[in-house]
Amino acid sequence: MPNLNIDFAGIKSPNPFWLASAPPTNSGYQIMKAFDAGWGGAVWKTLGVPVINVSSRYGSVNYGGARMAGFSNIELITDRPLADNLREMEEVKKYFPDHAVIASLMVETKEEWIQIIKDVENAGADGIELNFGCPHGMCERGMGSAVGQEPAVLQTIVEWVMEVANIPVITKLTPNISHIVDPGLAAARGGTNAISLINTIKSIVGIDLDTYAPYPVVDGKGTNGGYCGPAVKPIALEMVKELTQHPEIKNIPVSGIGGIETWRDAVEFILLGAESVQVCTAVMHYGFGIVREMKAGLEQFMIDKGYETIYDFKGKALPNVTDWKHLNLKHKVVASIDNDKCIGCDLCYIACDDGAHQAIRIPEGNGNRIPEIIDENCVGCNLCSLVCPVEECITMEQRDDGTQHVSWDEKTKANAIPTTFDDDRAGGKGHFVPTVEDALKHRK
Amino acid sequence: MSEYKRPTSEIEFEQNFTQKKPLMNATEAHFESSKCLFCYDAPCITACPTGIDIPLFIKQINSGNMTGSAKTIYESNWLGNACGTICPTGELCEGACVFNHQDLPPIQIGRLQNFATSDAIKKDKILFTPGSSNGRKVAVIGSGGAGIACACELRTMGYEVDIYEAKSKPSGLTLHGIAAYKITNQEVEEEINFLEKQMGLNFICNHPIERKTQLEQLETEYDAIFLGVGIGATAQIGLPGEDKINVVGAVEFIEELRMKHHQLAVPNRVVVIGGGNTAMDAASQSARMGAESVVLAYRRSKEDMGAYGFEYKLAISAGVESVFNAQPIEIVGNGKATGVQFIRTQEVNGRLENIQGSEFIVDAEMVIKATGQAKQKHFLELIDGLELDKRKKIVVNDQSFQCTNPKYFAGGDAVNGGAEVVNAAYEGKMAAQGIEKWLNENE
Repeated sequence: MPNLNIDFAGIKSPNPFWLASAPPTNSGYQIMKAFDAGWGGAVWKTLGVPVINVSSRYGSVNYGGARMAGFSNIELITDRPLADNLREMEEVKKYFPDHAVIASLMVETKEEWIQIIKDVENAGADGIELNFGCPHGMCERGMGSAVGQEPAVLQTIVEWVMEVANIPVITKLTPNISHIVDPGLAAARGGTNAISLINTIKSIVGIDLDTYAPYPVVDGKGTNGGYCGPAVKPIALEMVKELTQHPEIKNIPVSGIGGIETWRDAVEFILLGAESVQVCTAVMHYGFGIVREMKAGLEQFMIDKGYETIYDFKGKALPNVTDWKHLNLKHKVVASIDNDKCIGCDLCYIACDDGAHQAIRIPEGNGNRIPEIIDENCVGCNLCSLVCPVEECITMEQRDDGTQHVSWDEKTKANAIPTTFDDDRAGGKGHFVPTVEDALKHRK
Repeated sequence: MSEYKRPTSEIEFEQNFTQKKPLMNATEAHFESSKCLFCYDAPCITACPTGIDIPLFIKQINSGNMTGSAKTIYESNWLGNACGTICPTGELCEGACVFNHQDLPPIQIGRLQNFATSDAIKKDKILFTPGSSNGRKVAVIGSGGAGIACACELRTMGYEVDIYEAKSKPSGLTLHGIAAYKITNQEVEEEINFLEKQMGLNFICNHPIERKTQLEQLETEYDAIFLGVGIGATAQIGLPGEDKINVVGAVEFIEELRMKHHQLAVPNRVVVIGGGNTAMDAASQSARMGAESVVLAYRRSKEDMGAYGFEYKLAISAGVESVFNAQPIEIVGNGKATGVQFIRTQEVNGRLENIQGSEFIVDAEMVIKATGQAKQKHFLELIDGLELDKRKKIVVNDQSFQCTNPKYFAGGDAVNGGAEVVNAAYEGKMAAQGIEKWLNENE
């Protein structure tokens, strides 16, 4: 059986699945239930200054038959008294000494930071997470993302914390910034032990068409929320990679957060260099039991690939994530349709014809609706294979022999950058462009 | 042996006649609609006789534009609600759904259609308004699917339309001739009321048109006349004993059952003669009415039956027994039928032959003839220059649905010989457009 244990900047956890600081970690009750369900760690819902929450707090983006493909909240940090949280934290550690309990913190002044760090250390927390991320409410009071967006301020606070903290410190970053490396570097230079990202994205998930107010609606008005859930995973993955590839940051452990719902999502974050993953929306949707699927999937993946620990494959995809300029311009793939599997929905045809490169036709007189790839027009964009609803019906086949490699970077260095449009794959050059008559043939 | 207890109350009747395609709830509609692929040039549209833009109306349900969805449906089919429920969707739109090719259940198009249109009907949404008056008048004879579709379409173009109906209620066979487990009377009536209200349909009920003088008067008063007269009562088949009192036509049986429900007395032993969809309906319904033995007898083989496979299965699942290659030769009994004498048949060189000496009798307390309708031959012959084909169907132009007497247009069973409501809806609509085109050309 693979070993899922991690030692994350000194925080030991029986597996890399942690609950993110959020409503599921609002109380000792929830965290104990979660640990029993199989979670390895939990980042306690952010402790800090007193707040008052509003009623109506969450909104979601539903897609087709799926609920909560994206999720947004305007809830603040914990509204429960600090003493209650600390007492429960102590209790959790008593019952679960081997699980990771991390205290998320958000306060304002240096004195407050020093005091609260002492408090959570006394309560037995295994680590601290600095919440520099929330893009709603708290930032209007100069905390959360207001800090995360100012690298200099962020670095100063990390330095305050590092002066006094006796347990590992994780700095949590906001994605609401144009260049994630800046706060990442600030955290590193401030001496943080680890980084976690992403916090939620500033968002409006929708507008109520009757009240003309954004969701979630609070008495006829709304505000921007923090966006998360499956829809944000691609943004999170990219930001994680920005840090794990950066020479000054790459040795700092990263906890990946953003849209993780299945083992596959978790593995992707680990392959990009994350060492633990944090989950919130999936639990808010399905409960703590969802971790069963994640753990089982991760274990099976490790068995199938022959990995014994998380560290055997951590960061394994990083060498393959490169700049566009290094991609092989000689590589060529062309779509291929499996006629036996095709159900004749013809979505590939219309997607290609209207939305891409006019490389699919529906032959007439075949008595079926099976489309045909026009090889000379296919640029290998993948769109048809993405819209096809049938498993493994459209595949992309390699057509180059793999012996040639030319990248833009190589062309640049060889002083061979084209000065005219001579891309063999371009419409009008390498392949035909349909006529005006073709465009207007369905005109009524 | 029938699986149904004899219904003695309306509640028990409803239990025996549970709807085959019940109304979806909102959650079901949401999930079902989210599954539609929105195929390009979708095969379901091609398979629909009225060409409803099915992927569009399904997408509209999913995006919460319920009124728009109903409008999409009615733009192609004026009986969108009834058709959603009673269409043989497995043979049409749902049969063409691409999911079938991957052994997935097809999208439940019929029930989604019914869901969207029921919502509009329940909320009394105004989807259409009559066109401003164009000064033209059309008489529609018969208020079945074809007549209603023709009238609605004409109203959108500004025609004044009078619909003459012999019975006391409009709707024709949609109300009177469909098996009670396929659609309720209330559903049919609500759709007609919905259309009547927004289109301003003028039904003239209890007003049979059956005399030459009446036709002449219509010809004078109206710019065109639409014949949506159907194919009438069950035909005589020339069987000895056919006139006995407990020998009934399937069309008449189904109609009586629709009107009387549990109050219709169906005896314990029923023989249904025929192999079409109407025979299946009559047999199924006899079983659901609690008859102990229902025997469906068809003179040819099972494979030769005109009925859809799903209709036959439905009858069998209701407890109906079937006898194939059985030619009725006499209805036996003294004054009242007590049974049907059959003779076995076989096919020899493509011809059906009786097997001599193979006669047998099936006991019956009621015999239902589902052997075809009589056609409206005598009535149609009153119209000058109106050509009928060999099977007494009205000959029309297949685009305009204009008859050989140019003042007349026709659609529905009288033209197609007896098909689905959806075919009638299409033909009625096309005829209205044919009328418009013809009158414009001859102005």
